[in-house]
Amino acid sequence: MPYDFFVAPFAEFEFMRRALAGALALALGAGPIGVFLMLRRMSLVGDAMAHAILPGAAVGFLLSGLNLFAMTAGGLIAGFVVALLTGLVARATELKEDAALATFYLLSLALGVTIVSVKGTNVDLLHVLFGNVLALDDQTLLLIAANASISLLVLALIYRPLVLECVDPGFMRSVSRAGGPAHLAFLALVVINLVSGFHALGTLLAVGIMMLPAAIGRFWARDITLMIAIATASGIAAGYAGLLLSFHVGVASGPAIILVAGALYVISLLFGRVGGLLRQLFPGRHLEA
Amino acid sequence: MAAAAGGCLLAADFWAPDPAAAQGRSPGKLKVIASFSILGDLVKNVGGDRLEVATLVGANGNAHVYAPSPADARKVADAAVVFVNGLGFEGWLDRLVKASGTKAAIIVATKGIEPLARAGEHDHGRSDPHAWQSIANARIYVANIRDALIAIDAAGKAYYEANAAAYLAKLDALERDVRDTIARIPSERRRVVTSHDAFGYFESAYGIHFTAPQGVSTEAEASARDVAAIISAIRQQKAAAVFLENITDPRLVRQIASETGAKIGGVLYSDALTDATGDATTYIDLIRHNVGQLASALAS
Repeated sequence: MPYDFFVAPFAEFEFMRRALAGALALALGAGPIGVFLMLRRMSLVGDAMAHAILPGAAVGFLLSGLNLFAMTAGGLIAGFVVALLTGLVARATELKEDAALATFYLLSLALGVTIVSVKGTNVDLLHVLFGNVLALDDQTLLLIAANASISLLVLALIYRPLVLECVDPGFMRSVSRAGGPAHLAFLALVVINLVSGFHALGTLLAVGIMMLPAAIGRFWARDITLMIAIATASGIAAGYAGLLLSFHVGVASGPAIILVAGALYVISLLFGRVGGLLRQLFPGRHLEA
Repeated sequence: MAAAAGGCLLAADFWAPDPAAAQGRSPGKLKVIASFSILGDLVKNVGGDRLEVATLVGANGNAHVYAPSPADARKVADAAVVFVNGLGFEGWLDRLVKASGTKAAIIVATKGIEPLARAGEHDHGRSDPHAWQSIANARIYVANIRDALIAIDAAGKAYYEANAAAYLAKLDALERDVRDTIARIPSERRRVVTSHDAFGYFESAYGIHFTAPQGVSTEAEASARDVAAIISAIRQQKAAAVFLENITDPRLVRQIASETGAKIGGVLYSDALTDATGDATTYIDLIRHNVGQLASALAS
């Protein structure tokens, strides 16, 4: 019965509906962010920032347990501090932005692990590293949805400078000074989406729902609008299919979502219309007409 | 040889200034082994000062998946008696006994107990080993331990009999308390979902119905299937409380509670005593703790 397989788990269990809503909101915010990160060759920045968020979340956790507000505030503060310091160092010194980020996020990560190891247990650390998409309460869902909404609104505002800077940073600098502020706003969006993701998926897997859909979109579209649409859609599909997989096969939900996204990525890599491997091997037909 | 032994004793005295511990090495005591901590506690209560009791799976250990160490083999080799639970509880023990080459008597403490079938497992016909969860069975354990000790150490017959009688009286008092406590729980609320399938004997003795959803025994992160199985079980059984010691993520436990309306209970100890910092350091404490947890979670 297709209904039993595809719909019943969500109709029957509230925690599945909550997980689906969370995954949906997450994909809506993270999809476009991931595409811009990828187009600006900052794909690994998301990963670095996720590590940078850890100590803030860990401090929040140690102060008040698995408290949504404390962990969110801690994560945001740590993320923003690292992002700002990185920007300052890159602008004020000879060090390039990637190197500056690498130094700060590693310091932040080491600090986080130290803090947890001084006061917590391994079990605690696992809770901080791996969120739980099956345990989203009202507050957490609202937070994720609010973050997604803010991300989409702010992205709409800074869309033009952002696209221009992706395509032609030199031209952008010559015609407008909006590039700097737009860049900072964009980094802030990266941080709040990672904090959202870390409640549902954990600090490490949160990056997966951001970057894998973006890479999938890249294989199907040249146009940035379509790319974002495909990335968001594949993020949503991965969330839905991952939860079904976890429900029917009994594997942990967060990793299941990312693994489904990974499977979609491999399919796109092989069959993608834009630069997929099989397309490159058999390009013949393009030139005919 | 003698000098070396003397040196050992000296070292033992130096490192363990506690007089009882130092005496524990005296040759006069009978060395016995109990396979796990709960059985060890019963043996200590019967054997008292005449025994030196060591357990293989210590406090907080899991005897189901225990991997014996070479030190365990040496302990078994030196022992005069090895007490085991039997009923398939210590699957690793036969090999350990063989490997150690011990001449110890192997005493199955559950001898004479009417075994229950293992609940909720595919292999029908195997029996449930957690017999100690019924106090009536614990009395049989104690009688078996007493008889075995008398057979090995006839000189202590009167002592063992007196200890066993005193402990059996304590067990009688415990059982009365347990029955009184459970009698105060409304009968329609005596339904519990647990993540550990170890309370079959408790259920048949005291009338609290336990359900353990199949396949939910993992200590890894719970999958959507695990959570769905727990919630379905709570709904089907109309369980008033759920005990989820395997799920360590408090956010998930809260979610299950809010989705089903069942109360979340604390920890039920099943297979092992706790160490000195815990609240179930003896068998009697363990039963009292479990019944207390059940009563507070099931009280309407």
